Amino acid sequence: MNLRVPVNPLQRTTSAEIERLRKLTPLGWLTEILKYTVLTLLTVTYILPFFWMVSSALKNDSQVYVVPPIWIPSPAYWENFVNAWASQPFNLYVWNTVWLYAIPATVGIVLSSAIVAYGFSRIKWPGRETLFYLCLATMMVPFQVQMVPLFMIFKQFGWIDSFLPLIVPAFFGSPFYIFMLRQFFMTIPAELSDAARIDGANELDILFRIILPLSRPALTVVALFAFIGAWNDYLGPLIYVHDNSKLVLALGVENMRRAMMFNSTISNAYPYLMAVSTIVVLPILIMFFFGQKTFIEGISMTGIKE
Amino acid sequence: MKKREALWFYIMVSPWIFGFLVFTLGPMVYSAYLSLTEWDLFNAPKFVGLQNYIDLFTKDRIFWKTVGNTFYYGLTSMVLGMICALLIANLLNKPLPGMRVYRTLLYIPATVPVVASSLLFIRLLAPDAGLVNQFLALFGIDGPPWLLSTVWVKPALILMSLWGVGGGVTLLVAGMKGIPMEFYEAAAIDGANSRQQFWYITLPMLSPVIFFNLVMGLIGSLQTFTEVYIVTGGGPNNASKMIVPYLFDNAFRWYKMGYASAIAWVLFFIALIFTTLVFRSSSLWVYYESEVKK
Repeated sequence: MNLRVPVNPLQRTTSAEIERLRKLTPLGWLTEILKYTVLTLLTVTYILPFFWMVSSALKNDSQVYVVPPIWIPSPAYWENFVNAWASQPFNLYVWNTVWLYAIPATVGIVLSSAIVAYGFSRIKWPGRETLFYLCLATMMVPFQVQMVPLFMIFKQFGWIDSFLPLIVPAFFGSPFYIFMLRQFFMTIPAELSDAARIDGANELDILFRIILPLSRPALTVVALFAFIGAWNDYLGPLIYVHDNSKLVLALGVENMRRAMMFNSTISNAYPYLMAVSTIVVLPILIMFFFGQKTFIEGISMTGIKE
Repeated sequence: MKKREALWFYIMVSPWIFGFLVFTLGPMVYSAYLSLTEWDLFNAPKFVGLQNYIDLFTKDRIFWKTVGNTFYYGLTSMVLGMICALLIANLLNKPLPGMRVYRTLLYIPATVPVVASSLLFIRLLAPDAGLVNQFLALFGIDGPPWLLSTVWVKPALILMSLWGVGGGVTLLVAGMKGIPMEFYEAAAIDGANSRQQFWYITLPMLSPVIFFNLVMGLIGSLQTFTEVYIVTGGGPNNASKMIVPYLFDNAFRWYKMGYASAIAWVLFFIALIFTTLVFRSSSLWVYYESEVKK
């Protein structure tokens, strides 16, 4: 499994593209316009449900179920966001998700995967490839095969109702991220580490002083993926963390839905759910928007291999 | 020198080796043993031999339904998702102003957590007031009851999965950006039109990325859980129940740990067979540049 994307310095530039467009025949222009139209239609279709989510969050009960649907509610109930958020201990859930789960897990994944990926890419050793393929093969094992025994093991440790079952394994490398980082590390010229070795640096020095600073885009992508994964994780906390004071956001939202489903007297149930959902999406959205360049750069570069 | 390298190699790789033994291999062996027992978590496991597997293969009608559902959902959503992602990525791969905005907008749905998108789609797919059926009604189409219908519940979930195709699009766009411009220039000189350029340059050059997406998508779709668990609960009449939600029910609702482990192993073998097939076929359609260079 070699995911290689050769990056080319001769990227098609905007000016070259405009030059190309200028030379087009009328029929060519028509195709271009058609492409833009299709793209716009697709984008609108894709964004509509999201727009609907935000718009539903601003409605009250009498506006939500109206047919045909109201797209821009008037009046808009902005206070829904505040009230929905206050209806459950969501601040606590955010705290739990970020500090007890996502950040420790992300730190663990980035650190351990980088170290292991370094071993798999920058130290030559005969058994390396075999071990690496074994590592990749473990990705094929469905988590569910390990689920029941892991639950038993962590129960023995007394780790149920804590985040340890989700955090501790993160410190032992995750095959997917090891793979991504390995692909990236392989693009860094070997001369750099050789020079450092001659100067007496050991492998850890080389990793932390030379390789990691050069790998910022790839590390960012891994960190973002790991963080989003934990932020959105539902099954993991569902299995291990039952204590109400330790609920994560994903479970909190789902609990809110269940509570509202079984109690139809609660007013504004649906707008509140949509308001909370919108708030949950927001941080990820902001991260993607501002990190987009690093993100795409990182993804395309993790594919390179000389 | 050699010895020193070996030492460092094993030091650096040791976290993964330890993790593999403790969190992967150990549990796998244990789960293989559990699959041969009857166990409710409270009393000691009772060894029953292959009984769980025999029950699974001969008696359990629901299990085979979940296998069928998983295949139906997994294969369809994977193929359609790949086509959509390729189409969108191809349209997006232009260095023109505005593409950044399009890209972000198309990626937004992929960032929505499954829990949130599940809640959203429950309403969007509501039989009468749902947005999807309202839209269909504009064209005089009487929309199906989606989540309430045994026939339409799986297409509904597939529709939902297509909404999150943005992640794949991002990977493909990144891949397309890496294709050397000279290829297209040379092709243009030889008179290839843009459709031919897509089929003979873009697609083959992207095939490693497509392959990667395919393998990941395959493994992911076999393990579908959250959407089903929240949106449909497996209903109506188990029409949307899939392997993992069924496994979860057996393990954590009915405390049939042995039986659940047997299901997990059958799932593992299904995953293994399919990934092997994809890998075996890859030499036919995945193109690696280095093969030519050598």
